[in-house]
Amino acid sequence: MSAPALQKTYQVQHRDFGTAGEASADIKRMLRQLGVQSDILRRVSVAAYEAELNLVIHSLGGQLSLEVDTHHIQLSTSDTGPGIADLEAAMRAGFSTADDEARGMGFGAGMGLPNMKRNADAFDIQSTLGQGTQIAMTFNLS
Amino acid sequence: METRFHSVRLDKERCRGCSNCLMHCPTEAIRVRGGRAHIIDELCIDCGACIRVCSYHAKVAMTDHLEDIQAFPYRIALPAPSFYAQFSHQAHSIGQIMDALKQIGFHEVFEVARGADIVTRAIRELLKDHTLPRPLISSACPTVTRIIQVRFPGLIEHLVPLRQPMEVAAGIARRAFCEKYHVQPEEIGIFFITPCAAKMTAIRSPLGQRKSHVDGAISITEAYGAVMPLLNDLRHSKTPSTATPLGVGWGSAGGEAAATRHENTLAVDGIENVIRVLEEVELGKLSDLDFLETAACVGGCVGGPLVYDNNFVARNTLKSITRAMPQQDPQETVDLGCFNQSSLLMEQPIMPNDTQLKLSEDMEEALDKMKLMDEILERLPGYDCGSCGSPSCRTFAEDIVRGYCVEMDCIFLLKDRLKLMAQQMVDLSQTQRELMGKEAANAKTARETGAENAE
Repeated sequence: MSAPALQKTYQVQHRDFGTAGEASADIKRMLRQLGVQSDILRRVSVAAYEAELNLVIHSLGGQLSLEVDTHHIQLSTSDTGPGIADLEAAMRAGFSTADDEARGMGFGAGMGLPNMKRNADAFDIQSTLGQGTQIAMTFNLS
Repeated sequence: METRFHSVRLDKERCRGCSNCLMHCPTEAIRVRGGRAHIIDELCIDCGACIRVCSYHAKVAMTDHLEDIQAFPYRIALPAPSFYAQFSHQAHSIGQIMDALKQIGFHEVFEVARGADIVTRAIRELLKDHTLPRPLISSACPTVTRIIQVRFPGLIEHLVPLRQPMEVAAGIARRAFCEKYHVQPEEIGIFFITPCAAKMTAIRSPLGQRKSHVDGAISITEAYGAVMPLLNDLRHSKTPSTATPLGVGWGSAGGEAAATRHENTLAVDGIENVIRVLEEVELGKLSDLDFLETAACVGGCVGGPLVYDNNFVARNTLKSITRAMPQQDPQETVDLGCFNQSSLLMEQPIMPNDTQLKLSEDMEEALDKMKLMDEILERLPGYDCGSCGSPSCRTFAEDIVRGYCVEMDCIFLLKDRLKLMAQQMVDLSQTQRELMGKEAANAKTARETGAENAE
């Protein structure tokens, strides 16, 4: 019988650029200690970072969760709004609704969601305008 | 795993077991156990941070000494560019320094700055190759290469696959000396005048090659002491430098990037800063950048742990030296056609060295240990005080699950436990007294009853 999965949840605050990136850095450190292969580690790190920054920049706040067992790594986010109006457009590289403040900090290149999708082995996004967005990503450990 | 040679060592006699080095090690490679510091070989990157902060000079760099060079019939000195920057109080030229080195026992001097000119030309060629990953990361600082092996193995492919200027210089110097004087290569001892311990390590345990061309390293501080008194008498030296100002400029931060004459470069110095930028590269955030210069020491090599002069002063000295040189470019002075590729390229790949970071080779076991670590961490005070001998509460929790220490090594947990035990003892003693009191009361009642009966 395999051990129950390791679970971690990080609260991510809207507009808190002071701590932005800390959750994904912690995830990366843990996965490194778990001995996750460096190419998978890199993909998860990129996806976790993009997910965390999306929560900071676009959401009204939410959480980033990690679940690891011997076969998979799962990353998921869930926020309290505002939801994505045009999901299809949001998934296109280069599309961004980031405001000038975020753009001024070097964000808003419109690569966040496409980058997550590209790096994950499975990617799912659900969004309801006015309610919030949920993203689930799975990474296979070979 | 094979234990690597390290030039950063501990002088057990001098170590008092304080937490200075513990708290300053960028890779958390030090633990204090049994009243003295221990260095975890696999994690140490020979950056020398501990040498700088140890108040008791218990952290030392293993280097060769000037008398050691006598073991070779013929001796060549390879001064690092940063060596030129040490003599801020004396007007001097590179020629003077080269002449002085010849007076302290060397038969020949070959400038590492010349090696840097050659490597500069080769880097410029690499930058034209757009199939190589971006950014290309400099491999000149062995400490940075080590940290990439340990913490960023995914970035190994970004490393410039060229030998260090020191190695290129040594290879050419030996060949030229053999041809000129008709001696055997093994009769020649080549010594690098080094600003850091990491270069010494790179000589004994080479990166990217089987065996170093360099035979030993003498610290800049030691060479400084021998050369400094001779400079004044050599002030009329006509010996020309064989390097360009760009090659000499490699000695301080930004010099290597500037030498590429490429617009899209970034230079980072100081190991903590380097780590932060490498994290960004790993996240793919700097993929628009062409070249990343990285130096573990603040200020670059002039800020090395084995230098004499203050690194800010030294940076300025280096600048005035390069200003006074003929303003040539390696493009004019280096004919890359003269070198076969193999003499410049690394002969073997840099390998990852990230096993020490894993909690276990078995993922399931690692997961269990990670969960246990989190539980322990919850109980720890989070002061990161270092009193337990581990650099932070998190590393302490990790050391516990690895079996190196126990929770009661934390003085705060121990204090709480003692308090609890003390309370238990008080409780115990009070229970005893109450019992006695009851007995006493009973006895009193018995006495009174007895008295009544007597009346």
